[in-house]
Amino acid sequence: MTYIKPKFRHPNLTKNKLGYTIDYYEGALSTLCAGCGHDSISAAIIQACYDLCIEPHRLAKLSGIGCSSKTPTYFLSNSHGFNSVHGRMPSVATGANLANKDLIYFGVSGDGDSASIGMGQFVHAVRRNVNMVYIVMNNGCYGLTKGQDSATADNGSISKAGSLNQFEAIDMAAMALELGSDFVAQSFSGDKEQLVPLIKAAINHKGFALINVISPCVTFNNNVGSTKSYDYVRQHVEATATIDFVPEMKEIKTSYKEGSVKKISMHDGSKISLEKLAPNWNPQNRQSALQAIHHARESGNILTGLLYINEDTIDLHRLIKTVEEPLNQLIESHLCPGNKVLQSINAEFY
Amino acid sequence: MTKAINDFVIRFANVNGSGSASANFLFTKAIFRMGIPVTPKNIFPSNIQGLPTWYEVRVSAKGYLGRREGIDFIVAVNPQSMLADVKSLRSGGYFLYDSTKTLDPNLVREDINYIGIPLMEMSNNAFTDARQRQLFKNIIYVGALSALLAVEFSVLEELLAEQFKGKEKLIPANIKALKLGVDYVHKNFSYPLPLHLERLNLTSGKIMIDGNTACGLGALYAGATVASWYPITPSTSVIEAFTNYAQKYRTDSNSGNNKVAVVQAEDELAAIGMVIGASWNGARAFTATSGPGLSLMNEFLGLAYFAEIPVVLIDVQRAGPSTGMPTRTQQSDVLEAAYASHGDTKQIMLFPSTPKECFEMTATAFDLAEQLQTPVIVLTDLDLGMNDHISDALVWDDNRKYNRGKVLSASDLEKIEKFGRYLDVDNDGITYRTYPGTHPSKGSYFTRGTSRDEYAIYTEDSAAYQRNMDRLTKKWETTKKLVPAPEINTGKNKIGILFFGTSLYAAHEALDILQRNEIILDAIRIKSFPFNNQVKEFIEQHDLIFVVEQNRDAQLKSLLLIEMGINPNKLVSVLNYDGMPITADKIAGEISTVIKHSTISLSTAN
Repeated sequence: MTYIKPKFRHPNLTKNKLGYTIDYYEGALSTLCAGCGHDSISAAIIQACYDLCIEPHRLAKLSGIGCSSKTPTYFLSNSHGFNSVHGRMPSVATGANLANKDLIYFGVSGDGDSASIGMGQFVHAVRRNVNMVYIVMNNGCYGLTKGQDSATADNGSISKAGSLNQFEAIDMAAMALELGSDFVAQSFSGDKEQLVPLIKAAINHKGFALINVISPCVTFNNNVGSTKSYDYVRQHVEATATIDFVPEMKEIKTSYKEGSVKKISMHDGSKISLEKLAPNWNPQNRQSALQAIHHARESGNILTGLLYINEDTIDLHRLIKTVEEPLNQLIESHLCPGNKVLQSINAEFY
Repeated sequence: MTKAINDFVIRFANVNGSGSASANFLFTKAIFRMGIPVTPKNIFPSNIQGLPTWYEVRVSAKGYLGRREGIDFIVAVNPQSMLADVKSLRSGGYFLYDSTKTLDPNLVREDINYIGIPLMEMSNNAFTDARQRQLFKNIIYVGALSALLAVEFSVLEELLAEQFKGKEKLIPANIKALKLGVDYVHKNFSYPLPLHLERLNLTSGKIMIDGNTACGLGALYAGATVASWYPITPSTSVIEAFTNYAQKYRTDSNSGNNKVAVVQAEDELAAIGMVIGASWNGARAFTATSGPGLSLMNEFLGLAYFAEIPVVLIDVQRAGPSTGMPTRTQQSDVLEAAYASHGDTKQIMLFPSTPKECFEMTATAFDLAEQLQTPVIVLTDLDLGMNDHISDALVWDDNRKYNRGKVLSASDLEKIEKFGRYLDVDNDGITYRTYPGTHPSKGSYFTRGTSRDEYAIYTEDSAAYQRNMDRLTKKWETTKKLVPAPEINTGKNKIGILFFGTSLYAAHEALDILQRNEIILDAIRIKSFPFNNQVKEFIEQHDLIFVVEQNRDAQLKSLLLIEMGINPNKLVSVLNYDGMPITADKIAGEISTVIKHSTISLSTAN
């Protein structure tokens, strides 16, 4: 195996509207295990950003600590990245977002990072509705410390070492719904067709957007008895609906028949199309989304797709009413009241 | 009692939550307005309502603004603490109590003077509303004190008029309560007492303000746009002041929107995390906390040190360890702050002594943090933060420009062949950074807490790691030239005194006490860490140095020894760690004792 990423690309790679080929969106060579689900998610992120014609420097990628949190190095090398401390990506992303609301914030975390050590920060980022994409690369185990169960490991799941997990799993999607997240999706790292449009829709959502991606750990959690192995997940995936995300700039006519396709308009004019495979699936109903998750869990299935969206979301900046101009672009003359005002403040204390 | 004009300590013993604070402040402010140096200290419990609370006011014509031991006058309106209050009074002192109920014989001392005023009865007769009866009882004793101690009534009226501006209908009832107190004294006692006030002109141009408000204003003036915090005594009012002034001076006149984001975090971890995220992204950001919060922030402080991200952190110290005494003062976070986080870390600290310095050093902290791309911790304490202090008025130089440090713009990047985030171009240990979103193809880099090379590429190469650590040491050396220099007062003495923060007040007074006993010391007040060369020189020039601090473990002394390789025998600690502000008597007493038993002569031959 080589650690030098080959620079050779097919000479006829197509360019997106910005004139970039897809390799412009790539990162350094992954150092994760061969076959790691996380690498497939990185590939989906690259695809989504290319498709959406995102200027990489207008996106900031942030993570915590763990295998998942290493991935921002493996995509978008022209973006600023921040690999923070374990479980604390949400606060760093919140601060970054407060400083400059004009960038896209892309948070990557794992199940250890978000469901255990960083649970507090995760739930509060949801509550605050920080405008960001939040991907949990969920493999139910601690890969980087060699396979301990995480808090999302299913009760009854058996680890590679053969031990039985007897604790209840934390369901990230259900929790985000409970906490009022206005964009909750779930997917599987091996399902690029579903994942890419979900990421695109999440980027365009003007608030906190969670995508909980089941991403099997090939090394420590891909054994018989694990409920997050490739085989188990492939057998138990239950999709809500087939999703397509259509950005405003290149809307194409869908071929879906009327009645079977639901279109959701985002505020920038782009659209999410859902083909209704599951009976009566309505992604605009928080209650039914929660019910569906519980239902699927009872049958041992993993519900995937866009579970819930509320496009009238109000993000943190709008909640605390910051000015239009990004705060990091305000200068002395905007910020400092000057000595004359200070003398009037002094007068309050004479 | 002997005559004491403009020189006494009066203590108010109240019940927490009974509305005494504003009445007591009215009294203090009136003395300040009469041009007399005065310093109040709140001695309050960690409680909202019901427990004993004291408010101690020192009046000093000589301008001594530290706490002084010995209480000359007590206003005892809390039955719970009355026995202890009686005992705490100096022989010959005055004990004002509510005589609505007869005084318990256990509370009688032969050597003090009793002033019984039926406060509750008078208040009940004059006011009907239950809450008013409670509140005006306090105003009645302020009225009585104005007659007993010769507080100018017109000053009280003036202050009430200011306090109730816009709510003028509240003024007459307050005046009525004040007059009830005055009249009662006029009818029943000889007045003023031998201990009383006389107008001076020593406070003009000064303000009376608490350090936390000054810190909040410092952050406002320094252009902080992101504040993230978690409530903790005694730091909460830093952010409250910042928020209040920001509402006034940071609202966009057209849209009504805010040129600031204040977020109450879920804990101190998130508070500093948001500061780091915002600073990384080019906003000036800060947080405020106290000891327990500083402990929680340690991991992030290590990241900020290693990843080189500006952080401004106001630590209003309280008595620890653990929850300790959350409403009592101490200087006991010095070591924790200096070396905050695991691994080899050193953090910049600033030590303001006055509200004016709280304002200035908070503003300076933003410049230093961005110039040096690292955390700056402003260490104040509960005494400075939550008590009102007489201070020089705050001043802002309108020509001052924020020093945003080495930040590359898009056009700067165009001129560079290859950007190295951790490349020491200027050979001062400080490297160049870029904000996210600056340039389409140049200047992006990966920030991480793990080791990396000069181009921010992840590496576990030993040489690269060590090169980076050595560069951080070089940056630390640069820091010494940039942090505020100490305040030094040297004669030709061989013995010196070293202090920092709020010990200033007691130390100045102690120097005068010692001088009266023919002990003359040189003095140095430390304003920052790392210690600059002047500190080293001062220590080298003296045979013996008393290090005054308000903690048990002589934390600053330890820091001096660790950082400067001083002979430990040269430094003698004077320590106060009972949670109360240090007094001059304590400092002077301990120093006199040591010098008496020392063989070192006090001054040089010439």
